[in-house]
Amino acid sequence: MSEYLPLVVLFILSTLVAAIAVALGHLFGPRRPTERKLQPYESGMTPFGPGTRRMPVRFYLVAVLFILFDIEVVFFIPWAVVYRKLGLFGFVEMLLFAGILEIAFVYAWKKGALEWE
Amino acid sequence: MIYPLQVVFILVSAVTLGAALMVVTTRNMVRAALWLVLALFGVAILFVLLEAGFFAVAQVIIYIGAIAILMIFAVMLTRRIAQDPGPQLNSTWPIAAVIALLVFGLIVFLVQVWDRAASLPPPLPQGFAPLQELGVALVSADRYLIPFEIASVLLLAALIGAIVVAWERK
Repeated sequence: MSEYLPLVVLFILSTLVAAIAVALGHLFGPRRPTERKLQPYESGMTPFGPGTRRMPVRFYLVAVLFILFDIEVVFFIPWAVVYRKLGLFGFVEMLLFAGILEIAFVYAWKKGALEWE
Repeated sequence: MIYPLQVVFILVSAVTLGAALMVVTTRNMVRAALWLVLALFGVAILFVLLEAGFFAVAQVIIYIGAIAILMIFAVMLTRRIAQDPGPQLNSTWPIAAVIALLVFGLIVFLVQVWDRAASLPPPLPQGFAPLQELGVALVSADRYLIPFEIASVLLLAALIGAIVVAWERK
């Protein structure tokens, strides 16, 4: 369990640094609000339209593709740490696994799902 | 005698359950998704407490890094759902509460009478490497080889399905 100690320290330190940064700004920053300053920030322009706009469905597709390749990578990790021990058999197994997913990749590519206009 | 890890376990469990409760009670869907991230992170820490480091990493990478993001996109795709959650209870909630209480009571009862729950599981042998063990098991013909290869077919089906649903009808 002790090998997780650096992670815990990192987690606490990063939380502290973020909290201190926000707290100091909150404590010492001058606050003179005007109506303009209280507007939602929109890259420096005057905001227009509703704040919650519908996103294009394209983002959803990209997120789904990301999940699937993410899961593929997670399957790769335990295989990769014992790759040398597994020999040719393990290599062929992973080739089969990756090959099946490659069909999906080619399909997505040919459909143009990986392109952004 | 209270061990430090028990304190961590209780704290993390409480945060996880609290966040899970917020997921179903908060009215703003985007906030519910963010509470879900906290609950999933708590589960990742529980994996660490069970010495399942790889599962903790997979939990963070897949559930927080990908699935939570997908959910937030799904909420943002549907403006009406994000803004108008509607009533959170319907007329059947007392029945659901009774069933949930019954199931909870049953689980508590089963843990009481199940003899394997009374004794602690044996500790992992010294020098046991779960990740290596998993890597070997995934490609061993007598262990998880078939599920492993079928997983790729499942992912293939999911990917083609996603493209058909989200792409062709545009």
